[in-house]
Amino acid sequence: MKFRVERDALADAVAWTAKSLPSRPSVPVLAGVLLRVSGGRLTVSGFDYEVSSQVSTEVQSDADGAALVSGRLLAEITKALPAKPVDVAAVGSHLELVCGSARFTLPTMPVEDYPTLPEMPATAGTVDAGVFAAAVSQVAVAAGRDDTLPLLTGVRVELEGALMTLLATDRYRLAIKELPWHPETPDASLQALVPAKILADTAKTLGPLGGDVTVALARGGIGEGMIGFVGGARRTTSRLLDGDFPKVRNLLPDHHNAQARMPVATLVEVVRRVALVAERTTPIRLSFSEDGLVVEAGGSEDARASEAMEAGYEGEPMQVAFNPGYLLDGLAALDGPTAVLSLTDPRKPAVLAPAGEDGEIEAGYRYLIMPIRIGS
Amino acid sequence: MPRGRPDGFGADADDRGSPILHVDMDAFYVSVEVRRRPGLAGKLVIVGGAGPRGVVSSASYEARAYGVRSAMPGARARRLCPDAIFLPPDFSEYTAASRAVMRIFREVTPLVEPLSLDEAFLDVSGAQRLLGRPAGIAELIRRRVRDEQRLPCSVGVAPTKFMAKLASTRAKPDGLVVVPVDRVLDYLHPLPVDALWGVGERSAEALHRLGLRTVGDLARAPSGMIRSALGEAAATQLHELAWGRDPRSVVPEHVEKSIGAETTFDVDVDDLAVIRRTMLVLAGKAAGRLRQAGQVGRTVSIKVRLSDFRTLNRSRTLGTPTDVTKEIFETAWSLYEILRPGDRIRLVGVRIEGLLDAGRAPRQLALGGRERGWAEAERAADAAIARFGAAAVRPASLLGPAGQLRGADWTGAPGPWDAAPEDPTGENTDT
Repeated sequence: MKFRVERDALADAVAWTAKSLPSRPSVPVLAGVLLRVSGGRLTVSGFDYEVSSQVSTEVQSDADGAALVSGRLLAEITKALPAKPVDVAAVGSHLELVCGSARFTLPTMPVEDYPTLPEMPATAGTVDAGVFAAAVSQVAVAAGRDDTLPLLTGVRVELEGALMTLLATDRYRLAIKELPWHPETPDASLQALVPAKILADTAKTLGPLGGDVTVALARGGIGEGMIGFVGGARRTTSRLLDGDFPKVRNLLPDHHNAQARMPVATLVEVVRRVALVAERTTPIRLSFSEDGLVVEAGGSEDARASEAMEAGYEGEPMQVAFNPGYLLDGLAALDGPTAVLSLTDPRKPAVLAPAGEDGEIEAGYRYLIMPIRIGS
Repeated sequence: MPRGRPDGFGADADDRGSPILHVDMDAFYVSVEVRRRPGLAGKLVIVGGAGPRGVVSSASYEARAYGVRSAMPGARARRLCPDAIFLPPDFSEYTAASRAVMRIFREVTPLVEPLSLDEAFLDVSGAQRLLGRPAGIAELIRRRVRDEQRLPCSVGVAPTKFMAKLASTRAKPDGLVVVPVDRVLDYLHPLPVDALWGVGERSAEALHRLGLRTVGDLARAPSGMIRSALGEAAATQLHELAWGRDPRSVVPEHVEKSIGAETTFDVDVDDLAVIRRTMLVLAGKAAGRLRQAGQVGRTVSIKVRLSDFRTLNRSRTLGTPTDVTKEIFETAWSLYEILRPGDRIRLVGVRIEGLLDAGRAPRQLALGGRERGWAEAERAADAAIARFGAAAVRPASLLGPAGQLRGADWTGAPGPWDAAPEDPTGENTDT
């Protein structure tokens, strides 16, 4: 194997595949990235039996072939190289890499020990890469991080006709996003529970590439229990999480008793400031009345903070307390200049929705937060 | 009423500069047992220490004459005192008695700092106008505790907390010692060095090697000599104490820093099912005590002692404070599963730290959570247990084939985690 490649193309490809490699692999070869050159294209692959990622790029090849080297090391090296063409060649049991005046020799692992990457499941449809990336980031933030509840560490992807719905919850908040997509068959009806971290990483990488992302999801047969995404020259597959995602749609309140409208940027600023005195799990308190909003945190013995801001409020005065982190996550995920907070009761879920400058609620995204009960 | 003592530290001593009282119940658990079974009075009675690895929680003075002490292995106590009557501890009874006694203290002064179930510091400076001099107040407390609760206690009256505690030790059993402010050094200096707070076996040995046997020796020793033996911080503190100086004030409402329970297995175990059930029992005990104390805790920790006595601790802080057995157990068990000691286990413990008042503690509600959840179910179970006994309600996995309790002893003796001197809370230690 021998080829010449642009430094940026190589660094991007290696960085992306190396990112999903296990830090403590069950077998040493899984710490490697596989470089394969064939017909003027370099394919870089990584796989840990859960997630596979593969990217290909044009190269000037002198000799076809393959080599398996430590992904982490190669990623660090390529990142540090000067912006010059890189010459790569497999020499015996080593990989030689020359860029400008820098020269690296890396040991290789036996290519024949490397597992075959899973095949892509059947294509289910396509979605705009940028829209998909934004939607995933709005939802993945609400997914659980506690590995003792694996079910909640996933994002539920529902594909019904031309509508894609993403849902995630960690029991304390819930995010729902609906977006249009193009199913392969008009009456498609598919569901999958995708590890949130992998989905978020994948969507974030594919978004800036533009164009469409192809979603591959099988109902039985090849690729069962797997989802695939293809965008540009990149493809990734992930194993799905098992289990029945809780029926969360009925948690969306069907009415509200009060509603507040606030500029997202101002509210974020105020909450951040006041939350400085709140410990990780202590609440910030939001008191709404026709005079506006007062945000407070801290107890009688601890440090305290309060700040008032204008807010359009309809309803009886109400005080509700939230984990500041949960509230900030929700505000950061809103894709509009105005936040609309709908309340029923200080112990019932509150709903954040985006709105335009005119205060008109936009459909498509909802972020539910469960309040913190204060007092008994 | 006893007046005077031959040593001049009796109730008639000058108490004008001695407003701090240390009240210490005499052999508290035993006294509570004797109260409900008067036939036990004057007998060799030991609470706790049953089972091959049980630990003595409390011993009657008759049994102490044989050398039996708190926190001593039960097997040793049985060897020293083979005729003793061993009783299983009944903490709900002791807690109730403790509450009644503390209530009497609080009727004397609001400045009550409980140290454990059976001892407390009182500052009676402000109560003197109403109730008279400190020694009189001490006698009043002793009389009320005896008449109303039928329990004996001893009181030390002194200018500082440290001196009051030393004084109550000399007052035992059922006595009163007053240390006048101008006789603190007369009282203190003849005592052995290990009478000082913070002087354990090893520090005492180090001081003995320097030829320092009494507190007076230590007080007069050059400070550099002590510093080199015990270090800067300890030397400074001991020097202050040796001169009777103790600036700490009585802080009312002592808040427990942690609540926990642990069990030493009769035989080292490696059966996961047994360990799991035991941790469920311990989580239940700890959570029950939390609920009884009206507290919730944020951090769950486990302690695992292996057969070679290596001790491992792991802890996790929850997103929201809890007093729910189920949550405490699940956290404790997941910590254990991560730990996977892969060796036989001698002891396990479950502890909750970062305690807060349950009423004031904010509680993160969960989506789709019922208004009434585990917390309410367990409170209902507490009520049933209070009425019908510990066997009334418990997790199904703790039921044996015939409804017998499996695994560890539900009402069992406190483990060394409760009674050992390293326990920072001193909870359940009965001296």
